Amino acid sequence: MNKRALIMAGIGAVIILIYFQLLKAGYIFREGNEPMFVAIILVSLTILYYTDRAKRGEEIYLRPIAGLTALEEAVGRATEMGKSVLFVPGIMDMDQVETVSGLIILGYVAEMTAQYEAGLNVPVSKSIVMEAARETCKESYLKQGRPDQYYDDMVHYLTDDQFAYAAGVNGIMLREKPAACFYQGKFYAESLILAETGNSIGAIQIAGTGSPSQIPFFVTACDYTLIGEEFFTASAYLSKRPELLGSIKGQDIVKLLVMICMVIVFIASGLHHNGWIDFDILTLFTSR
Amino acid sequence: MLTTELIGAWFSVFLTLGIISYLYDDNPFYKAAEHIFVGVSAGYWVSLFFWTQVQPNLFGRLWPRLTEGTEYGFFHRLWYGIYNILGSINSGIFPENGIEGHPEIRMIYLIPLILGIFMLLRLVPKVGWLARWAIAYIVGMAAGLRFYGFLNSDVMEQIKSTTINFSGDWIVLINGIIMVVGTLTGLLYFFFSKEHTGVFGKLSKIGIYFLMISFGASFGFAVMGRISLLIGRFDDLIKYSGREYHNATFWLLALMILLLFVWAFTGKKEQDKATA
Repeated sequence: MNKRALIMAGIGAVIILIYFQLLKAGYIFREGNEPMFVAIILVSLTILYYTDRAKRGEEIYLRPIAGLTALEEAVGRATEMGKSVLFVPGIMDMDQVETVSGLIILGYVAEMTAQYEAGLNVPVSKSIVMEAARETCKESYLKQGRPDQYYDDMVHYLTDDQFAYAAGVNGIMLREKPAACFYQGKFYAESLILAETGNSIGAIQIAGTGSPSQIPFFVTACDYTLIGEEFFTASAYLSKRPELLGSIKGQDIVKLLVMICMVIVFIASGLHHNGWIDFDILTLFTSR
Repeated sequence: MLTTELIGAWFSVFLTLGIISYLYDDNPFYKAAEHIFVGVSAGYWVSLFFWTQVQPNLFGRLWPRLTEGTEYGFFHRLWYGIYNILGSINSGIFPENGIEGHPEIRMIYLIPLILGIFMLLRLVPKVGWLARWAIAYIVGMAAGLRFYGFLNSDVMEQIKSTTINFSGDWIVLINGIIMVVGTLTGLLYFFFSKEHTGVFGKLSKIGIYFLMISFGASFGFAVMGRISLLIGRFDDLIKYSGREYHNATFWLLALMILLLFVWAFTGKKEQDKATA
């Protein structure tokens, strides 16, 4: 364990100590959420530690994800065919993590369309998403030195209604026949409608969502699908920024800790249920 | 007799068949149904948001209804002076003496009001950048809120769910063990900073099998739901094919098939001409 890890552990211990002292004194914090507080501190410090390591130049390996490497291939294909690229950022607002992740991927896609001079069409269903998506696209076109190619209407509002939005996007697909369709964001029942239409027009389709119930539809109808967390890590993969890469490593360590906790709970609860130990481990993980 | 119910039934049949006609290309019926659907719903949502959120929850909290017979101080009179100016512009949105529903003024709601105005300032190019503040607030606030929520539901609850009652029957025990193995190997698949080779690769492969099985089950379940939606639409079509609705379904279906046939024939001729 190196010096920085010890410092982090020390900081964590001090914060937790102060928290319990304040809790005992009855100030600021209320009782019953101790497990959550400790978990938040542990998760935050673990991610912070690995982010710091990455920033200091430590190389972090990331396994390849097919869906992300295919993004460029899809935009390239659209450019070769002289057709546009359709990007659907889901049907939810900016308060959903999936939508934010989707817009980060949109930024990357917009950079490529600017670079290759391919058309980009982004129909949205929420006004705030429209604003954010416009900002994202504008920045990407500026970054690529092609501000002249950017126009506000490449990101346009359709409707807030779920199925009306699906019908509108379907119409766009059938009329414009984009060569590449990206579905990156939060989706509900419209996912299969969109993906099936994209499939019927022969577009290369790349989907990404954190909605477990919609992943099966995308897996069925799309060429590539970013499943759950693959989708959330896309920003780190695409940007290659050390702080984001470090956070991926940190999250992996958190997952490992969670797995260890699961195994401990599995064994300890089994022993408790059989009456071999009195202590119920579940009380350690129960918040109010 | 021409009643609103009858007009509604015919319109409903037309829109249903129009959307279903999508199965035969991007035809004029689909286009019409799609544009009506998108346009009407966009307008409907704007109106709905305004009258269920902005007016009662924002303006209603900033200017709640004044209690009759109560003496109010300078601040109240000034504050409601602004309200009265707004009321003189539109008394429907800002009715006299405040909006019903909330007992007292909540000045904290000035923040969403200001952020909302910032969003609208996008229309003024010089100060349009202020909209970014509102977006930044939403994204930052949501990230903080969700962090706690996800940690609680996706991590803590998941850890607690790995518990197995060994004193239960064998089926429950085996089911529990399968769930734990599936969760652990599924988590291994989502390790990104380690190469998926060797034993690790094999375990993560088991994880992906578990994921695929769950996706398959979820797919089947959702398809069943969609079939029930389809049955719902067919129920309406059957209902509106009755004599009391002047056989709306039959007439519109026949008319649409005929017109689609003409459209397809003339369209093909034009296409042939263009290729020639």
